[in-house]
Amino acid sequence: MTKLPPWADLVLVPVISLILAGFFSALVILAIGQSPLEAWTVVWTGAVGSAYGWGYTLYYATSFMFTGLAVTVAFHASLFNIGGEGQAQLGGLGVALVLLALPWPHWTLALPAAMAGAALFGAAWAAIPAWLQATRGSHIVITTIMFNYIAAAFLIFMLVDVLRPAGSMDPTSARFPEGAHLPAFNEIPGLNLIFTKGVPANVTFFVALAACVLVWLLLWRTRLGYEIRAFGKSESAARYAGINAVRITMITMLISGGLAGMMAINNVMGESERLLQNAAEGAGFIGIAVALMGRNHPLGVLLAAILFGFLYQGGAELGLWTSIPIELRIVVQGLVILFTGALDMMVRMMLAPLFRARREAVA
Amino acid sequence: MALTGLAGRHSDAAPTAPPPAIELRGISKAFGPVQANRNISIRIAKGTIHGIIGENGAGKSTLMSILYGFYRADSGEILINGRPTAIPNSQAAIRAGIGMVFQHFKLVHNFSVVENVILGAEEGALLRPSVDKARRLLADLARDYELDVDPDALIEDLSVGHQQRVEILKALYRHADILILDEPTGVLTPDEADHLFRILANLRDQGKTIVLITHKLREIMEITENVSVMRRGEMVATVRTAETSPEQLAELMVGRKVLLHVPKGPANPGRTVLEVRDLRVRDDQKVERLKGVSFAIRAGEILGIAGVAGNGQSELLAVLGGMTNGTGSVTLNGAALPLSGHGCNGRARRQAGIAHVPEDRQHLGLILDFAAWENMAFGYQDDPAYQKNALMMDNDALRRDAEGKIARFDVRPANCWLPAKSFSGGNQQKIVVAREIERRPDLLLVGQPTRGVDIGAIEFIHKQLVALRDAGKAVLLVSVELDEIMSLSDRIAVMFDGRIMGERLPAETNERELGLMMAGIPDAEARARAGSGAAAGAAGAAATATAAAAGAAGAAGPAGTAGTEAGA
Repeated sequence: MTKLPPWADLVLVPVISLILAGFFSALVILAIGQSPLEAWTVVWTGAVGSAYGWGYTLYYATSFMFTGLAVTVAFHASLFNIGGEGQAQLGGLGVALVLLALPWPHWTLALPAAMAGAALFGAAWAAIPAWLQATRGSHIVITTIMFNYIAAAFLIFMLVDVLRPAGSMDPTSARFPEGAHLPAFNEIPGLNLIFTKGVPANVTFFVALAACVLVWLLLWRTRLGYEIRAFGKSESAARYAGINAVRITMITMLISGGLAGMMAINNVMGESERLLQNAAEGAGFIGIAVALMGRNHPLGVLLAAILFGFLYQGGAELGLWTSIPIELRIVVQGLVILFTGALDMMVRMMLAPLFRARREAVA
Repeated sequence: MALTGLAGRHSDAAPTAPPPAIELRGISKAFGPVQANRNISIRIAKGTIHGIIGENGAGKSTLMSILYGFYRADSGEILINGRPTAIPNSQAAIRAGIGMVFQHFKLVHNFSVVENVILGAEEGALLRPSVDKARRLLADLARDYELDVDPDALIEDLSVGHQQRVEILKALYRHADILILDEPTGVLTPDEADHLFRILANLRDQGKTIVLITHKLREIMEITENVSVMRRGEMVATVRTAETSPEQLAELMVGRKVLLHVPKGPANPGRTVLEVRDLRVRDDQKVERLKGVSFAIRAGEILGIAGVAGNGQSELLAVLGGMTNGTGSVTLNGAALPLSGHGCNGRARRQAGIAHVPEDRQHLGLILDFAAWENMAFGYQDDPAYQKNALMMDNDALRRDAEGKIARFDVRPANCWLPAKSFSGGNQQKIVVAREIERRPDLLLVGQPTRGVDIGAIEFIHKQLVALRDAGKAVLLVSVELDEIMSLSDRIAVMFDGRIMGERLPAETNERELGLMMAGIPDAEARARAGSGAAAGAAGAAATATAAAAGAAGAAGPAGTAGTEAGA
């Protein structure tokens, strides 16, 4: 097959995929008797038409960056971590336990501690499937999926029987101490000039950006990353090179689970400020699509996370302002995943003859 | 050169003879800027075996793919039996009577032989009639051509040689009169290759036309009537095999004089570097693959392990390279190497001073998706020279290092950013060899160093191995190519069924004796049987007359060597 030039591979293909997804979304909206144009206007203005919209879009994007990076790191070791959802839930538990343990005086102290708690719990939840994969060969796709359900059940138990304050009817933890409140965009000096209304996007966004850079450094600038990628490309060659399969599988999944868990500082610590049931709200699964669309590269993950944040926020606006049901956003997300992830090769195959013709014309 | 005259004579004779089975006129094919075939014309006479040789990337496979309908030529004409024939796809090729046996077989592994044979050529909706017909036909073919395969065996249970026969049967079942074989012996043991050649000779005698694509000169000399040489997309010569020599063909292929045999002086063995005693290895199914192997290698010595593939050589390399566990004792420079547990891994072996050019460079020696500069450090990523600080690797240092190795080992294209998969087999192997040899290891393990490597690179790699030996290092060479073992080794050990059958000095043995030992004939008996044969000749080495003669040409004296080097 003809190889596309890099710019086509990285920009043109995703853009065409998105246009196709948009086109078919429009057909679906037409089919339910609504106006695609109106829907688009609502989505656009709702998600990126105002600072307020951006405050939500970036909030969602923050969560997706963490879960997308989690999938990306594991993917480079050829491990398909479907358990981001469960790991994010456990990360939330870690955040809650850390923040409820002490009367935190200031968020600058609470944040590192909460990050450590989130990463530790997320990593621990990934460690069990990783160990089973590394030593027993239990397929990590199956085990991590199953661990999502166990995580959900375990969280309900924790919320109902352990963390629920005495006398409360609500299966949620107590509110975190005031000192643990993370500054939202509208509370950050400078940014508050843009974000005048209260938005959920908070300092975690910058932690997520840093995480993108760190993951990039890890994968392409460290020996560990070299070994992770080598192991992911060829297990037999890794054995030849003396790379320990158990060690790489464990470390990679611990990092992956830790990243997924860290998502909890965005939603649990930054937004709800107490631990709720099903706090991750599917962001763990969206992380898979984000990594897929972002070509398992941190920069791609960043862009894809913002796109999905846009869809998430825009979709919510649809439910609010039009008679289009909010569930449609799941349809649109599905189409985006279908075209950018699964049918990506189709777009490439359609483009290949064009580039071949052009090259021959030049030659 | 007289070659053009030869080719001319060949074509002058054509008008009186029946039309050639295949005639290509002015075939050209370009992939983007790469001209894979340039104005190729060739006639392949009916009922002959015609060899096509050329280095990797010379355009042999492209040409055959055009003939089989995989690619369409940009220009040119194909005549089959004198009739212009368009071959837009492989169905058309089959209709024209062309059958193709690919280097990598296209068989369904969990289907039986007969099911594979009829696949795609079933007649009607019900399988039964086709199966019965195929079964009858297979019985006939088995009788006529020594093409016997159990029709009901599953492909996955067959040896590689038998799988190849199924591919040939598939073509014959489709009434192929012209059979194209692409590097057919690359995966075969010497025995299987001999059997294949008998089959091909039988097919030719029955009037079939065979096109044999290979880069092994020995096969060309052994079985073909005519041979065409390709170089950089062009057909540089077509000659009668009987009127040429391996040296001449090699020169035509590479475009310069090539040393088919490595010039090397006598070995200067020093202290013992590696000592192996009663080494045993079991595979995953607990089957013992190495059954108590003992040998030693001294500094400045190449020990060649001869044997048919699958007799424990791979396991020997794997356990010495730390990739599998074993029992027994292995000492390197007097220190015991752990054969199981945490200390038994590739990393620990490298630190102990063992480098390893693995048998399978694509699955073991390289990460095909990694850039050349990343591959040049593969296995040595711990080296302090490659680290910037405690956390980060120094990628600039890796690239500088890779560029040096690329220049010194003449890896082409000389671009350290290209992924390993973009290099030809020979250049991939140069990447691995450069990486391992430049470590100046005390012991170098080398498995099939020249498998799938073109002839120019073979020469280069052999020279590097001899240079390492001359630098006082120990080399363990495992190869299924007897020529390679004979010309490189200072001592030869023959392996059969997980054991070492015996050791020989190259000067005191011949291919017949080694072949007997490779087939499991015990040491003394092999000596006696080979000895009686050799006694008829003036000397033992006379049995390998061609090899010895070619070797003498290369190593006869400083003058001869200097002459050929100057030619290069």
